[in-house]
Amino acid sequence: MEGLISLAVKAIFVENLALSFFLGMCTFIAVSKKISTAIGLGVSVMIVQSITVPANNIILSYLLKPGALAWAGFPDVDLTFLGLISYIGVIAALVQILEMILDKYFPPLYNALGIFLPLITVNCAILGGSLFMVERDYNFSEATTYGIASGFGWALAIATMAGVREKLKYSDIPDGLQGLGITFITAGLMAMAFMCFSGVKL
Amino acid sequence: MSQTRKQLLTDPLVDNNPITLQVLGICSALAVTSSLNVAFVMSLAVIAVCGFSSLFISFLRHYIPNSIRIIVQMVIIASLVILVDQIIKAYAYEISKTLSVFVGLIITNCIVMGRAEAFAMKNKPFESFIDGVGNGLGYSLLLMGVGVIRELFGSGSLFGIMIFEPVSNGGWYVPNGLLLLPPSAFFIIGFFIWGVRTWKKSQVEAREYKIQTLEEH
Repeated sequence: MEGLISLAVKAIFVENLALSFFLGMCTFIAVSKKISTAIGLGVSVMIVQSITVPANNIILSYLLKPGALAWAGFPDVDLTFLGLISYIGVIAALVQILEMILDKYFPPLYNALGIFLPLITVNCAILGGSLFMVERDYNFSEATTYGIASGFGWALAIATMAGVREKLKYSDIPDGLQGLGITFITAGLMAMAFMCFSGVKL
Repeated sequence: MSQTRKQLLTDPLVDNNPITLQVLGICSALAVTSSLNVAFVMSLAVIAVCGFSSLFISFLRHYIPNSIRIIVQMVIIASLVILVDQIIKAYAYEISKTLSVFVGLIITNCIVMGRAEAFAMKNKPFESFIDGVGNGLGYSLLLMGVGVIRELFGSGSLFGIMIFEPVSNGGWYVPNGLLLLPPSAFFIIGFFIWGVRTWKKSQVEAREYKIQTLEEH
């Protein structure tokens, strides 16, 4: 349990997907102009992330790993090279299913998050989360924790960024730096702030 | 005809750079630039994937049903990325370790998707291939630029060859450790954008609010 908590804290702060691995930057920059939309997107990413990482973990351990197909009578088969294509397939399919479920049973939530859901399929943070899970060899409970925590970390980063940008638009910025340029520099400063957590050990 | 093909190749370098103007594909641009070797391999991978995915999607453009086109494009791109990933693992294993997940993330790199969607679905295969390579080059240009600054000033070397002898080896250069850490990439790209937009005024974004001057008051 302690291991899981420290994993979660690490995934939220120290190894924040957006600010220390630069994942999901395209949407991070594009959709962080208003706090309300940023929170909407952040929440959708968190939901999708906490479903896809464990789902991909199951696929990895029961279908792809060397020897994982032993239950089907193929103990020598190693399908890890199909990893990338299966993960992205799972993500695309899950996002589609989630969209349909929300549309049917939670229309208000669907109206709030609907426009962001297609964006999420191509969000690097989602695929990145699954790939980190594979690289670090997480088991199922670790994968679930990591999915939730890294999604939360991403949501936190985009919400704070939107807060900064809402104030920033009133300031006198040099012409060339207007918009994209200053956003990058702000993100850099935020990343430095997040690095202060790197000494935290639990 | 050759004139327009040349434009397809050179336009994305500065005038229409996918990173500074279209804000696409920055995820990986920032993470792999702390050393030039790695940035170089990553650039080659992106150019290859971008060019060939545009080519194949363009070949298939009349056969892809519109409603499932994203998934079809995704499958083509993912297959190419798996190919590139396996090649890098076979011939440059050390670099593939440093690149870790970022080769896989070329799948979700918005440049590749964006070119497939915006150009390859509507144009002939050869033009699409050139357009893909051009955009890959525009991406590489920025990647290598950031890589040069980060490696030269961060560890005093280029492609692993010592240029500035650091103090720890008895030289004179005190390396700037910040440049090896993630935040520096944000700053450098921010300054790059500033530079490009000061040079090409047309790319400047409009202000949402105007600062009132004393005369207007």
